[in-house]
Amino acid sequence: MAGPKSSVLRRIMPQLVILGAALLLNVLVFPDFFHVDFRNGRLFGNVIDVLNRGAPVALLCIGMTLVIATRGIDLSVGAVMAIAGATAASVVTDGYGWGTALLAALAAGALCGLWNGVLVALLKIQPIVATLVLMVAGRGIAQLITEGKILTFSNEGLIHLGAGTILGVPTPILIWMALGAAVIWVVRRTALGMLIEAIGINERSSRLAGINSRVLLVCVYLVSGLCAALAGVIVAADIKGADANNAGLWLELDAILAVVIGGNSLLGGRFSILASLIGALIIQSVNSVILLSGMPPEFNLVIKALLILAILVIQSPRITYLMYMLRASGPQPQPDRPPMPKARKEEAR
Amino acid sequence: MIRSTHLPLLVTLGTFVLAYALCAYDYPSMLSTRVVANLLTDNAFLGIAAVGMTFVILSGGIDLSIGSVIAFTGVFLAVILRDTSIHPLAAFMLVLILTTAFGAAMGALIHYLEMPPFIVTLAGMFLARGAAYVLSTESVPITHEFYDVLQGLYWKDPSGGRFRLIGGIMVLTFLVGILVAHRTRFGQNVYALGGGGQTAKLMGLPLASTTIRIYAISGGLAGLSGIVFSLYTSAGYSLATVGVELDAIAAVVIGGTLLTGGYGFVAGTFFGILIMGLIQTYIVFDGTLSSWWTKIVIGGLLFAFIVLQKGLTWATQARRRTATGSAAAS
Repeated sequence: MAGPKSSVLRRIMPQLVILGAALLLNVLVFPDFFHVDFRNGRLFGNVIDVLNRGAPVALLCIGMTLVIATRGIDLSVGAVMAIAGATAASVVTDGYGWGTALLAALAAGALCGLWNGVLVALLKIQPIVATLVLMVAGRGIAQLITEGKILTFSNEGLIHLGAGTILGVPTPILIWMALGAAVIWVVRRTALGMLIEAIGINERSSRLAGINSRVLLVCVYLVSGLCAALAGVIVAADIKGADANNAGLWLELDAILAVVIGGNSLLGGRFSILASLIGALIIQSVNSVILLSGMPPEFNLVIKALLILAILVIQSPRITYLMYMLRASGPQPQPDRPPMPKARKEEAR
Repeated sequence: MIRSTHLPLLVTLGTFVLAYALCAYDYPSMLSTRVVANLLTDNAFLGIAAVGMTFVILSGGIDLSIGSVIAFTGVFLAVILRDTSIHPLAAFMLVLILTTAFGAAMGALIHYLEMPPFIVTLAGMFLARGAAYVLSTESVPITHEFYDVLQGLYWKDPSGGRFRLIGGIMVLTFLVGILVAHRTRFGQNVYALGGGGQTAKLMGLPLASTTIRIYAISGGLAGLSGIVFSLYTSAGYSLATVGVELDAIAAVVIGGTLLTGGYGFVAGTFFGILIMGLIQTYIVFDGTLSSWWTKIVIGGLLFAFIVLQKGLTWATQARRRTATGSAAAS
């Protein structure tokens, strides 16, 4: 059993190092960062905040990782969050229970995912274009559901999903961790993960090999829609209202960023949901550093942009190739390392 | 063959004429030159940015940064005119150089790092928006007599429509864009690049300079659009024009340009802009429809045009297959 475990560790090592650095920065600007309190039956502390505030992006990046692994992209998740939040809020204000509201929101998310999936898998429209339709129209639909207002609600059960705790742990943390673990378990304990990777590497040959790529593609977008719906409900529950204009605004970009920081190639193929989730935590830790250090929040976007640029340079195929050449021509060639970059490059093509 | 290549453009034109006729049937006053003049004025900044976006999409890329660049330009101009005594014309030149260089840098990253344009311009979007925030988070008013002079420039139609300077700049940008796309070597290179990067490379086209120039044009036009936007609103605000890149992409697609690149017309984008403006004008005229219908209708149009393009591509492929007689099962 030591083999697979150590390979997983090696895969997520760069992300763990970056996360460690981000957390270290947090401690430097705020020495009490790791201090966790138990007050009023609930855990308090900055670490808990990072885990809690990172929940929407973490949820989104679970579905987004799968979509990107098939060489796709889902731009509509932010709009789907708004739709799901609006659905849940309107169902609850109509007098139904929180369970019904959650189910309705998930159904709305599944419907959106199905729409994207059908456009991509059956109509063969480029993913970026297909999901753009819902990204543009989705907020309009959400506003249609809320009739242009910010729908507020006071249903205890629904609010509990976003702002409550279970055994002292904020519910959003439990939700994203449980869903992440479940999806990782499903894709890695079955052949599903491998089949998804096969589609991302070469859809045509995977179909010739007997993979039902159409159904799988639709399912992947469906999962992304469901994750977005869950994130939308959490965000709405957190502020006790559905804001069709601002809920999940630009979160699709954060989710894609988390996946990229997680070392997953935008060209599809091998993926690691665990690494993406760590990526989401990295983004949240960076936000936390900026907040705690008292730097003006205006710098948030600039720092994020520089972070993306740095990661782009590291991940760029050309730089990978250069590094490989440097290592190959170096004085001490390490026997087990050189083949790796080359193999990855071939996969990406 | 001519008919099928021009079909999307004709469909866009037909949609516009039909939509305008329907609007005019409901509200005859929409035929007045005032409405036409306002259509040009209100969509001027979007139109200018969409010309740049058309080039980017023709080359098979995408530029997500333009909304942020427009906002940055506005804030930059407002702050520089408030804090220094530079003449606005000099400030315009400065900001145009800055945004063009910004676009060129993104193009260089895309080409030399071989990264998808989507993610590079996403970083550009964050960077430009962040730079705008750093300059000022508040809305900064622009009060300069030269701005008043520029805003006061218009040609008044006898029946009351005021064709303002910024509408004229948009039309001029489109005309230049059409010329560059169809009458210059650079334009041909853009089409070739969009038709297939590998093929273009084998044909010996200057890929690096073409890619860099495309994104430089997009950045520069976003800067021009920012100048026009600051003339339109007389202020610079870092939260302005969020999501304009989506509107521009939608206008390009509704204008009949293929999002995979290599096929489309700059003129089509012009009508795409007008169709989107028309939807907004109709909603204002109607008074009872809510503003969110704009988004839904634009999304629907987007979907319709994408499906139309897909259908055309299929039809062409099917015809080719029957022509070569190799209708193998796939």
